[in-house]
Amino acid sequence: MNPLAGTVADRVGLLILLPFLGFLVNGALAFVRPQAKKVVSAVGVGSVALAFVLAAGIFAKMLGTRADEPLVRTLWTWMRVGTLHLDVALQLDHLSIVMVLVVTGVGSLIHVFSIGYMGEDPGYARYFAYLNLFIAFMLVLVLGANFPVLFVGWEGVGLCSYLLIGFWFTDAQKAAAGLKAFLVNRIGDAGFLIAMFLIFQHLGRLDFIGVARYAPERFGLGDPTVTAIALLLFLGCAGKSAQIPLYVWLPDAMAGPTPVSALIHAATMVTAGVFLVARANVLFGLAPTAQAVVAVVGALTALFAATIGVKQWDIKKVLAYSTVSQLGYMFIGVGASAYAAGIFHLITHAFFKALLFLGSGSVIHAMHHAYHATHRHDDPQDMRNMGGLKQYLPKTFATMWIATLAIAGVPPLAGFFSKDEILAAAFARGQIAPVWYAIWFLGTATALLTAFYMTRLMLYTFHGPNRTGDAERTHLHESPPVMTTPLIVLAALTVAGGALNLPDFLPASGWLHHWLDPVVSQGTRLAGGAELPRTTEAVLIGAAIAIAVLGIWLAWTRLKPAALVPAAQAPDEVGFARVLYEKYNIDELYDAAIVRPLVWISRNVLWKGVDVGVIDGAGVNGSAFLARTLGWIGTRVQTGRLGTYAVLFIVGVLAVLSALTR
Amino acid sequence: MPLGPSLLVSAMLFTIGVVGVLLRRNAIVIFMCVELMLNAVNLTFVALSQRLGLEGQVFVFFVMTVAAAEAAVGLAIIIALYRHRDTLNLDSINLLRG
Repeated sequence: MNPLAGTVADRVGLLILLPFLGFLVNGALAFVRPQAKKVVSAVGVGSVALAFVLAAGIFAKMLGTRADEPLVRTLWTWMRVGTLHLDVALQLDHLSIVMVLVVTGVGSLIHVFSIGYMGEDPGYARYFAYLNLFIAFMLVLVLGANFPVLFVGWEGVGLCSYLLIGFWFTDAQKAAAGLKAFLVNRIGDAGFLIAMFLIFQHLGRLDFIGVARYAPERFGLGDPTVTAIALLLFLGCAGKSAQIPLYVWLPDAMAGPTPVSALIHAATMVTAGVFLVARANVLFGLAPTAQAVVAVVGALTALFAATIGVKQWDIKKVLAYSTVSQLGYMFIGVGASAYAAGIFHLITHAFFKALLFLGSGSVIHAMHHAYHATHRHDDPQDMRNMGGLKQYLPKTFATMWIATLAIAGVPPLAGFFSKDEILAAAFARGQIAPVWYAIWFLGTATALLTAFYMTRLMLYTFHGPNRTGDAERTHLHESPPVMTTPLIVLAALTVAGGALNLPDFLPASGWLHHWLDPVVSQGTRLAGGAELPRTTEAVLIGAAIAIAVLGIWLAWTRLKPAALVPAAQAPDEVGFARVLYEKYNIDELYDAAIVRPLVWISRNVLWKGVDVGVIDGAGVNGSAFLARTLGWIGTRVQTGRLGTYAVLFIVGVLAVLSALTR
Repeated sequence: MPLGPSLLVSAMLFTIGVVGVLLRRNAIVIFMCVELMLNAVNLTFVALSQRLGLEGQVFVFFVMTVAAAEAAVGLAIIIALYRHRDTLNLDSINLLRG
């Protein structure tokens, strides 16, 4: 008997139901009374905040009972087809409750922020309806007890992401960005689906507990099938979590409202891939090759995206590439079987990246109002139009610097501990295979770039002279408290978040590590651990700090915000800087190599050949022609002359008679 | 009384009727040929009733009754046809051609 049964944990379904009801109410209000903003805000924020309170209650209960076994609540039977028996079931364990807390906690703060940010938008009710629906699906994703239920949430958050990226759908470019996100994710989802088919084919079940129990019996270590399953699952993760080669949708997803970027495209949805790897840790533990692929792809993505981030001018684009880069870190962590480190970075990243995005939202809000007041049509997101904002937006300035130091890896902020733990785990695995040293090196190089481009962002946005324009400058002002309060709360979490999982030499170390142990220990054991000597660990930490400081120092001394000119007068980039600014032209490459050939084949072969020729020609018109021809032959017999009928009649009678008398 | 000649006559009459129906054009002649076929059958019935019992002769009365009714309806159709088309040549009456 699970000690959680019969307690508040039985109400786990309510976690999903609350935001879903919020969606229904706000969705109805969007049609009936879109101007009832107070009701919409109360329902939108209230439902998620209540879910957070409930999650906190369940978490407290779990802390109290110290239940290591997951609690599975079966809500109803989904389908029984042959040997496939699927339940709609929710699994409450140490991993899912942590994710639920992050989703509902950060989600609540972002909902509050949205009240201010979206306050004047005519689609206010629709916005909150989508946001609530997103939270509901995200909770389905993290709470699902089997792969198909997780997949429902997986697709649901993809849908909400699409709806919110294209929230201002009258702008064709933004609608196209939503479509791009949806289509790129399809590729990954196809991998996920095939992985599920393979799991069912070989294990005959899809629930996490059963798969974790029977996979090691069915597959040996490094079995090709389990490697294929893990790689296909990772393809799904690469789509959802924006890794090479499917990362291209995330930067474009910045077309959505900024709180959406913070919630979906930084803190929660894009980390679903990391969560999935941790969830399927047994399958990955059985496939060392797949794990190496996960970590290598993560490391390459981290460095690649960081280099692009160095030369972006759009404040949200910098953060978007930074998110891709940080997701790469998380994959290094889970790829190195350091699941706790990966999830730890997921949590701290949710704090500081949500803070950075909301801070950028606060900046954009101020810039937008300034330009709106003077009817200028410059880009409110271009850092070349900003500068010197620290005196106009002091709270945003202070909180964003905290987040910047955290992401750069300056102790004792949260990002330092999580990033350091991932790099240490990668370095430790170097004893098993040398490739991990290369991964560690890529991660360390990325850390330098991260510190550099984040300092650059802060420098160009908040320091130096202001470039917004003389008339506009007077209209710049700090955001209302409803927006700055979430910033301050997130800043506090960014400062304190590292305490979740302190390194060994500090007191009360490794809480998250111990907490997640019941969920991921099986996968960690399969992969085999690697311990680092204390001295090496200390050297690594020292190097990490030095690199963070070096990156910040480089940016601080080399970059001259005073020399910048506003975007409209800026000269074109040249040389390698231009390549970086144009993001290595990967979008153009994909367009030429994949999209256009696909469209060409669709148009000339599938449409004009198969559809018009075979289906229309042979199928539809062909069968009609056949019927008409046969009918025409039949009508030739109908001469209308009695003689013909009589002859046929007699021939028929003779035929019947001869048949009968034989 | 031998059965052979009666059946032979009957068969000849029937064949004449069939050939008449197939070859002639005039509706009245065709109609008469149909009557000829009916009477050929009647003759067979009567001839065979010698051997097989009286039912054959009874059946002849039914055939004659039906033939009389058929003559009435058939002639009425032929008259209506003639009034309508001014001809009884069946080659020129082919409205049902497909």
